[in-house]
Amino acid sequence: MQFTQQMINGITIGAFYSLVALGYTMVYGVLKLINFAHGDLFMWGAYLGLTGLNILLILLTQLSGWAILPVVVIVMITVALVGVLVERVAYRPLRTAGRLAPVISALGVAFILESLARNIYGASWKTYPNGLTPSGGFTLPGGGRVSTMQVVVVVVSFLLMGALYLFVQRTRIGTAMRAVSLNHDVSRLMGIDVNRIIAIVFLIGPGLGGVAGMIVALYYGSFDFTLGWVFGLKAFIAAILGGIGNIPGAMIGGMLLGIIEAQAAGNISPQWKDVIAYVILILILIFRPTGLLGERVAEKL
Amino acid sequence: MTSFEGLLTRLRKVDSLYWQIGFVLVTILLPLPLGDYHRTVLWRTGIYAILGLSLNIIVGYSGLFQLGHAAFYALGAYTSALLNLHFGIPLLLTLPASVIVAAFFGYLVSRPILHLRGDYLCIVTIAFGEVVRLALVNNIFGLTGGANGLSGIDRPSLFGQALRAPIYHYYLMLIFLLITIVCVRRLENSRLGRAWMYVREDETAAEAMGIDTTRVKLLAFIIGSGWAGLAGSLYTGKLTVISPDLSKFLESVIMFCIVVLGGTGSIPGVFVGTLGMVTLPELSRSLRDWRDAWLGITMVVMMVARPEGLWPSRRVQLEIRGEREEALSST
Repeated sequence: MQFTQQMINGITIGAFYSLVALGYTMVYGVLKLINFAHGDLFMWGAYLGLTGLNILLILLTQLSGWAILPVVVIVMITVALVGVLVERVAYRPLRTAGRLAPVISALGVAFILESLARNIYGASWKTYPNGLTPSGGFTLPGGGRVSTMQVVVVVVSFLLMGALYLFVQRTRIGTAMRAVSLNHDVSRLMGIDVNRIIAIVFLIGPGLGGVAGMIVALYYGSFDFTLGWVFGLKAFIAAILGGIGNIPGAMIGGMLLGIIEAQAAGNISPQWKDVIAYVILILILIFRPTGLLGERVAEKL
Repeated sequence: MTSFEGLLTRLRKVDSLYWQIGFVLVTILLPLPLGDYHRTVLWRTGIYAILGLSLNIIVGYSGLFQLGHAAFYALGAYTSALLNLHFGIPLLLTLPASVIVAAFFGYLVSRPILHLRGDYLCIVTIAFGEVVRLALVNNIFGLTGGANGLSGIDRPSLFGQALRAPIYHYYLMLIFLLITIVCVRRLENSRLGRAWMYVREDETAAEAMGIDTTRVKLLAFIIGSGWAGLAGSLYTGKLTVISPDLSKFLESVIMFCIVVLGGTGSIPGVFVGTLGMVTLPELSRSLRDWRDAWLGITMVVMMVARPEGLWPSRRVQLEIRGEREEALSST
């Protein structure tokens, strides 16, 4: 009973982690950069969604669940554009500057985004308008309750991830992305516009992150500005767990982390679940830095 | 930038004895005309300078990216507080214990992760820092008092006199700050210091030259962490109340920024960094509200425009801006 219920919760949270982890993993793939700002872009998705829904609420005085759709699209586009802007301003000038400078720059962007959110929206918890998400649910035969919202969330996440996977595997741009993640110079020799591909990665990753932010906010109902850091770090752990740079790895890592965390919260102690996530990260990095699915041998220098 | 570079060159040429005398005189006289508030600001500046200098050993000299330094600061503070609360040991006597505990944890934490490369090391240290903070928040072993932390700690006393006014704490801090500067300078030019920089520049070559890189890196972590523990103990003495906020990620980032922005591996750079990251936000209210953004903007701008920091050590500057080598060596 407890186990199944935590399993259901774990899969739901895991779906969120996977969506956000994709952003980390795609950027790491093409730039070998830990994009610390990704978590905060994701959080901005939640805040922009809130603003969008509130504007609609003023305009229409009443909202149905369908109001979410146009808002999601706008949030996705806005966050994606911010992502591209961040890459242009903070990462592109550092393309040749070694590995540490971009990481510090990314941390800097994360702090700017978080501070903006806190100063614009205030430090208090924000709540989404009521009645937008489907209520109800059903009970599984083995015990354990699944809410309709959980089903929607998981299905939407899987659809997005599936679409991304097909995009990367089947389209020309996707092929170019995979080429860039292997080697910039050779890709350029093959006629790939590397800067354009990186810009596209920074459209897709943050775009997905923005949507994930809104879904998370809808699912939990409320959030504050620490969402970006807490959730972002977890999603990053998920990306490492699956093997950073590896797209299916990010999905599996996210699911696994969600389930482990939910089981730990339910069966060990909710207070220590974050610690368990960090310990997993530390152990993975010490013993298998390439993650579960990573094939790349860890470079030592 | 050239005029700035010229100023820097001129500053570097000032005979170091004048520097030393000037620094000591200024730091002794500076708080005298100020009120308690500004004296406390100066005290905070000094504490962060000590933390910056300690992190400079790890990040600056050895090139190991430690983003969880605040954990050791907190460990030092909690060690002092617990020894004082449970055993009634006078605060100044708990100081060595704080150093030892922080250094020991520095050893425990860094031992398994030394082989990791730059950005991976960064992540692991963040995770360790968070684990320490959460352990403190979760009231581990019922010792740490949870999210509220510990209170009612004695003030440090000297010659039977409890130190209360900020000015006493300032001078107490100053003694340790001056000791720290002397030690760090000696370390920088020692055999170990040169080994650290060799490891930073090229680990493989260092190893080929017979440097035991593991030992050298471990020593950097142990010494740096222990020193942060000292700062933590001083903090406990002044505030008499401590909370897990000491080990917040933000604190680690502030320390990291102090080192990177001032100029990695440079002692004057640490002071420049502390002024920018700690003193200015303390003095200006609007900067305090936007402190995270200020941190962030400086990080991005510095990385893009001047990755070697504002007052870099000559060695790092040469390494980053190789083409200027001639201009620098002719001075």
